[in-house]
Order: sequence, then structure tokens, then C-alpha cells
Amino acid sequence: MGRRVAITGAGTVNALGGDVPSTLVALAAGRVAIGPLAFDEVERLSIRIGGQIRDWDAEGRFDRQELALYDRATQFAVEAARQAVADAGLTLTEGESLRAGVVMGTGGGGYTTIDDAYRAVHAQGKNRVHPFTIPRLMHNAAAAHLAMRHALKGPSFTVSSACASSNHAMGLAFQMVRSGACDVMLTGGSEATLCFGGIKAWEGLRVMSPDGCRPFCATRNGMVQGEGAAVFVFEDWDRATARGAPILAEVAGFSMTSDAADIVLPDPDGAARAMRGAMADAGLTERQVGYINAHGTGTAANDRSEVQAIRSVFGDAPPPVSSTKSMHGHLLGATGAVELLAVVMALRDGVLAPTAGHVQPDPACPVDCIPNDARRARVDAALSNAFAFGGMNACLALRRA
Amino acid sequence: MDGAFLTNTGDLHARVVGILAAQALREPSGLTAEMSLDSLGIDSLGMAEILFAIEETFDVTVPFNANDTEGAGLDLRTVGAVCMAVEALVRDQRG
Repeated sequence: MGRRVAITGAGTVNALGGDVPSTLVALAAGRVAIGPLAFDEVERLSIRIGGQIRDWDAEGRFDRQELALYDRATQFAVEAARQAVADAGLTLTEGESLRAGVVMGTGGGGYTTIDDAYRAVHAQGKNRVHPFTIPRLMHNAAAAHLAMRHALKGPSFTVSSACASSNHAMGLAFQMVRSGACDVMLTGGSEATLCFGGIKAWEGLRVMSPDGCRPFCATRNGMVQGEGAAVFVFEDWDRATARGAPILAEVAGFSMTSDAADIVLPDPDGAARAMRGAMADAGLTERQVGYINAHGTGTAANDRSEVQAIRSVFGDAPPPVSSTKSMHGHLLGATGAVELLAVVMALRDGVLAPTAGHVQPDPACPVDCIPNDARRARVDAALSNAFAFGGMNACLALRRA
Repeated sequence: MDGAFLTNTGDLHARVVGILAAQALREPSGLTAEMSLDSLGIDSLGMAEILFAIEETFDVTVPFNANDTEGAGLDLRTVGAVCMAVEALVRDQRG
């Protein structure tokens, strides 16, 4: 099996809050942070809502050189990682830094950088773009800056598997610590696709809701995008306890599967195999799982397929399931990372975040989705699902510390 | 009814049928008004491409959400229904 893996720190910035405490308060309150989008040319879009981060004072947070190099997605990652490292009280000696690394997930990388550069050369007729366009937009930029800022000299890379990116990233980081390849990993995801091109591209698939994200609800009519980042410190359990670090939860298992079927439509079998695999990897039985953080996008197809998968794994009495995308939106490649905060809250605080915006049950989604109001429950173990376009499924299993 | 329904409708219907036929990998003459898009093997991605082609060809916006296919009161289930829907959209949106 290998070593046990502790989560010793967490950080985030997302539409619900600028740090972990404010995000957990908002999740527990069922507060919806989805609202009108504000950016250039939003009036040319048919979808105009999202979970956007307001009042992000980039100039106040970063110096001139950093601003030139950091796409919005990198800015979010840097802030989330700063919080996570401080939360964990993490300090690394020169030797320890060689066995510490970072794996981040992102779907779009420097999406706003790409959007701005294309606008400059195509729409505005300019003949040059900013010289740092490439180091800003590359998908591994956030991971690189986290490695530089925190002296992480072991493995450093980015995983991009659309909406499963951060679960894949965290799963790999977990495996590296468990196997002994590394002792400490920063891991999570970052995304900033709320710009004209980012939403325009999604409109064409006709899966976006014009009025809100209502997972598992009979009235649901699509997904709503969000933005932000969450970063965690995954640490060898013995190292964490030896230094007296606070342990938020234990990462106990991980599984990834592929539908190998359709580029956009989900297959319940792939999702079910991922959940079963994560439980088996963690040595958990179905009865021990007290909460599932769903992928729960609010599209007709995902929610129906996901509930079918959950019922096939857990039978007629599945544990409570919620989708916090109803509150912070779908952060694409960062969504699993922000949603892991809800899993930590369930395990550590005994508070199950609700599925907000619920109006009426859907007979096609027979599951207890914790509608609208958070619930208290003692949870020993929980699953966190992420299912991506491409039929890529990644499920994490966590235990209470 | 068979492909003959094309002859007594306008150019608009023929162009819509052409779009559907191209997506279904068939000859336009092989399509009838009653044929469902399902029976032509058009899936959700095919539908997205058809709507894109219609919007580009006729300069209209089709208010279609794949999660709520009845939502906008738009019936796009058959070849004939798509023709009628596009005709109405062109009339309403382009005066």
C-alpha cells in the first residue's frame, strides 16, 4: 500500500470567498455566488452569468514584473498556494525541497492571455503582442510559479484533462506521496476562462444555462462557469504528525477510468468504475462512505448519468450527494480542487454543503442531493467525483483525520 | 411525402434540407419532411453543428438549449419541423 497521506494545508480564491474560512461559511450557508458577468464585450454573448471573482485587485497584490508574467489563472493559483503553505506551517530545508513538488490542474491555462493576444493581432490589427505572451499562457505556468515561490525542486507539472484536471492532479500528487516518491506536494487547480472567447466557445455546445446552475433539479437547464483556484498541501502522514501539523483530512484512495465511448456524452459505467476503484484503493466499503461531492454540472446528461452510476455502486440507499457548483459555478479544470474544500468540511466539521437552487426533484435523478440547506452529519469517509469531456473520470476517496 | 416537398417550398427549405443532409451524410433528395433527426443518426454534437450552420447561413439566432429541448417552444425533431422553425426565425428576426 505505501504511506498514509495527510492534507495539512488549504487555500482558495473563488466566487464564494477569497480564502478557505469565508468559502466554507458560504458553502454551509448555501450562498449562491453566480451573477451577471462583467468583462469586455459581454453584451455580444447569449450567456451572461457566471461565478466571477469580484474586486480582484491584481495591481495591489503583485508587483510590475509579476503582473507581466502572471495570467489571471496564475494569480489565483499563487494566492491559493500562499494561503495553503501558511495554513500548513510548511517550511522546507534545502534537502527537503528536493523531495517536494507541485502538480496543478487546468483546463484552459492562460485563457484570457490568449483572448487578449488574438484580439490585439486580429481585431485591433496590431502586429505584435506582449513578449511574455507564451510564458503567461502556457498550461504549466501556475505550477512553475508555485515551484519557484516555494522552492519545490521535485516533480513539477500540470495535468490538463478538461473538467477532471484537478482531480487527476491531486490523485497523482497523492500517489507520489503515498509511494514515497515525494514527501510534500502542493496540488490543486486553477482556472480563469471568464472572458469573451472563453464563454463564446462554450455557447456553441448549447449546454450552458442562461439563468442558473440547478444540479439534480427537474428544472435544471445547464452548467454555469466559475473561476478561481484551490491548492492543498499533501504530506506524508508521519512527517506531518512528527512536526505537529494540523491535519485537515486523509487522502485515502484514488481511481481514474476512461469511458472510451463518446467525446462529450458521459457513460455511467466509467463513472461507477471510478467510484468503485477509489473505494477499493482506500480500503473502504460502500457503507463507510457518508458523503459524495458530485460532479453535478446541472446539465441534463451529466446529472442523470452520475446518479445512475451512484445507484449502480451504492444500490437503493446511496449516501447524501451534493453539487457545490450550484454556488461557485463550474471551475472546469479547477473545479475538483475547490470542491475538495466541501469534502474537507464534511469530514472535519461534520457539515454537508447543500445543492443550492433546488426547485423540484427530478425522477430521473433519484438521490438525496441535500437540497438548499446544509446538514450536520458525522462523516467517516467521502468521495469526490470529476468527470470530463473525453470520458475521463477521476474519483478521490478521503477519510476523516 | 418524399423529396418532392422541396419543389413546392421555397429556397429556404431547400437550404435547410441541404444542411441536414450534409450532417446526415445523405443526398438531400433522400430526406422527407417526416424523417426524425434521430432516425438520420444525428446526435447532440451533430445538432450543435446543424444549429451553427443554420445561424451562419440565415444570420439568425436559434434559441436552443440541449438541456431543455422543448424550452424555447422550438420543435426541431423532424426535417419538416426544422424547416418550419427556421422559416419562423428568419421571419421574426430579420423582419
